[in-house]
Amino acid sequence: MAISLLGLSMLVFTISRVLPGNPARMALGARASEEQVAKLAAEMGLNKPLPVQYIDYITGLVVGDLGQSLQTRNPVLQDILVKLPATLELITLSLVLMVAIGIPLGVIAARNRGGMLDNATRVFAFSVVSVPSFFIAIVFQVIFGYYLNWFPITGRLSLEHAGSVTSTTGFMLIDTLLTGSLTAHADAWLHIFLPALALSFGGMGQIIRITRSSMIDVEGKDFIEASRGYGLPGWLVAYKYSLKNAFVPTLTIIGLLYAWLLGGAFIIEIVFSWPGLAKYGVQSVLTTDVNALVGVTMVIGLMFVLTNFVVDLLLDWIDPRIQLASDTA
Amino acid sequence: MSTDTSRLNRIVSPSQRELWYRSYKRFASQPMSIVGATIVIGIILTAIFAPYVAPYPEHIGKYTNFANAYAAPSLEHPLGTDDVGRDVLTRVMFGYRLSLLLAAAVLGIGVPIGVMLGLIAGYTGGWVDAAIMRVTDTFLALPPLVLALAIASVFEPTLEIAIFAVASLWWTWYARLTRGLAASQRDEEYVQAAELAGAGRIHIMLREILPNCLSPLLVKMTLDAGIVILTGASLSFIGLGVQPPRPGLGTMVASGTEFLPQSWWISIFPGFAIFLLVLGFNMLGDGLRDMFDVEVEQ
Repeated sequence: MAISLLGLSMLVFTISRVLPGNPARMALGARASEEQVAKLAAEMGLNKPLPVQYIDYITGLVVGDLGQSLQTRNPVLQDILVKLPATLELITLSLVLMVAIGIPLGVIAARNRGGMLDNATRVFAFSVVSVPSFFIAIVFQVIFGYYLNWFPITGRLSLEHAGSVTSTTGFMLIDTLLTGSLTAHADAWLHIFLPALALSFGGMGQIIRITRSSMIDVEGKDFIEASRGYGLPGWLVAYKYSLKNAFVPTLTIIGLLYAWLLGGAFIIEIVFSWPGLAKYGVQSVLTTDVNALVGVTMVIGLMFVLTNFVVDLLLDWIDPRIQLASDTA
Repeated sequence: MSTDTSRLNRIVSPSQRELWYRSYKRFASQPMSIVGATIVIGIILTAIFAPYVAPYPEHIGKYTNFANAYAAPSLEHPLGTDDVGRDVLTRVMFGYRLSLLLAAAVLGIGVPIGVMLGLIAGYTGGWVDAAIMRVTDTFLALPPLVLALAIASVFEPTLEIAIFAVASLWWTWYARLTRGLAASQRDEEYVQAAELAGAGRIHIMLREILPNCLSPLLVKMTLDAGIVILTGASLSFIGLGVQPPRPGLGTMVASGTEFLPQSWWISIFPGFAIFLLVLGFNMLGDGLRDMFDVEVEQ
């Protein structure tokens, strides 16, 4: 794992420093004078040799110093910590929706193999995998926001509640409860539902398909036949015995998807004006705020690597037959 | 040597034609594969012949006709017109050209690089394998869209940069897939036979091992075409890909959002167009996977 992180830091550093273009010039814009650019370059340490810059950058990373954002003038780490909870809240709920809708659909498809429900689920799975997330987000906004007016379409909270909720954890669903305002809490749910659902679509298709195929693999096993022979009802066999054993491939993909959602959030946060890490990342891209961009990329890469590590541990715990290979460090 | 083995194969196994026929039957038994193939072929033909079949070919660039702006779908403009009066159907047809170009270019650059590295890693093994796969894992440690964003952000946004950004990370999937395939083939008898016959390393990799990896690679490429198109469209949607007035599908969706919900067709139809093409590739790829009976992670 340490090696992956080191490699990641080199990759991100290379992208930000070695590729053409002077970050200081890009930050200040074309109209800045040469002196201004030189001064900022010196402040950013850009005039030192590259290996020295890399070592500076790594030492910074270790102590949590990601430099200063050229856009907000705050330390990048501080900016990221403020934005991160909004994104985590969004992708976590999205993952919950993905699993809560995807797994039952996969089980239903497997139990009706070859039938109408199976085919319908298959078409649904294909569709949700193929739909661009920004497109489904816009369609949701138009239908559920504008026409039906069931959900708000931007932000995390309505204006009338914004003043009364203090940010303790940064997670709006928790903060509104801590404030004790149930209307604000309900309001937060209304705000998060559409973006989370739109974000969950791509992965949901994969969960449906993998659950279906691993359920079918388990279906023919002796212990399933035996539990049927005891006269246990079909749904109980399906959920308690088949699903439990079919869960390992599903869990693996869920781990990958959690990290993948971070990428998907980039699009969804823009469409729904969700004030999270991804939106911050895109703004830093559009304003060529190099430090912020490097920070966001590093944090996302870190979460990606960590998630995969945690999934390996979980798999080891659920299924003792899987041994953690010693060289996955 | 390889001719000897294939002659032997011909004696003990069904004829090539028989195998193809069986594969085709498997493919055709899934109605969705046929639907997918039809969608993909239809869209490719539309894209190729766009200058001849599009109703208003002059609408692809800086054309404006404000008198006819925001026109709802009608017989003259089946998908309506946009905010400056350009025909949306025409722009979607030309948008498909850019999307398919992106997919072809990304796979055209990424696949050969990934396949070569994968072959070398899988066939050679040892520290070469470890080094190549370590680099590959590093690239795979980031969501593709984030990495593409980071790369695209350093340059002026254009379609060409989007292609470069996506291609520069897409080879990793092929390196990993080919490495696994090559490593599993390394100890097969036909490879040992070729080694004994004194064949060179490059000959063994390209002429012996590679042909046995082709069907999983083909399936992966078909499924990937859809994902590459989605990634490219997402970059364009953010503003880092195709720039207006060029008719990129993602770009059209983004610029149409201003006119929602009244003039919904400006945004919704290009978005649906992307969906249709990606759906086609996914269905086709899934059918090919059944046909060749290979496991490919997506």
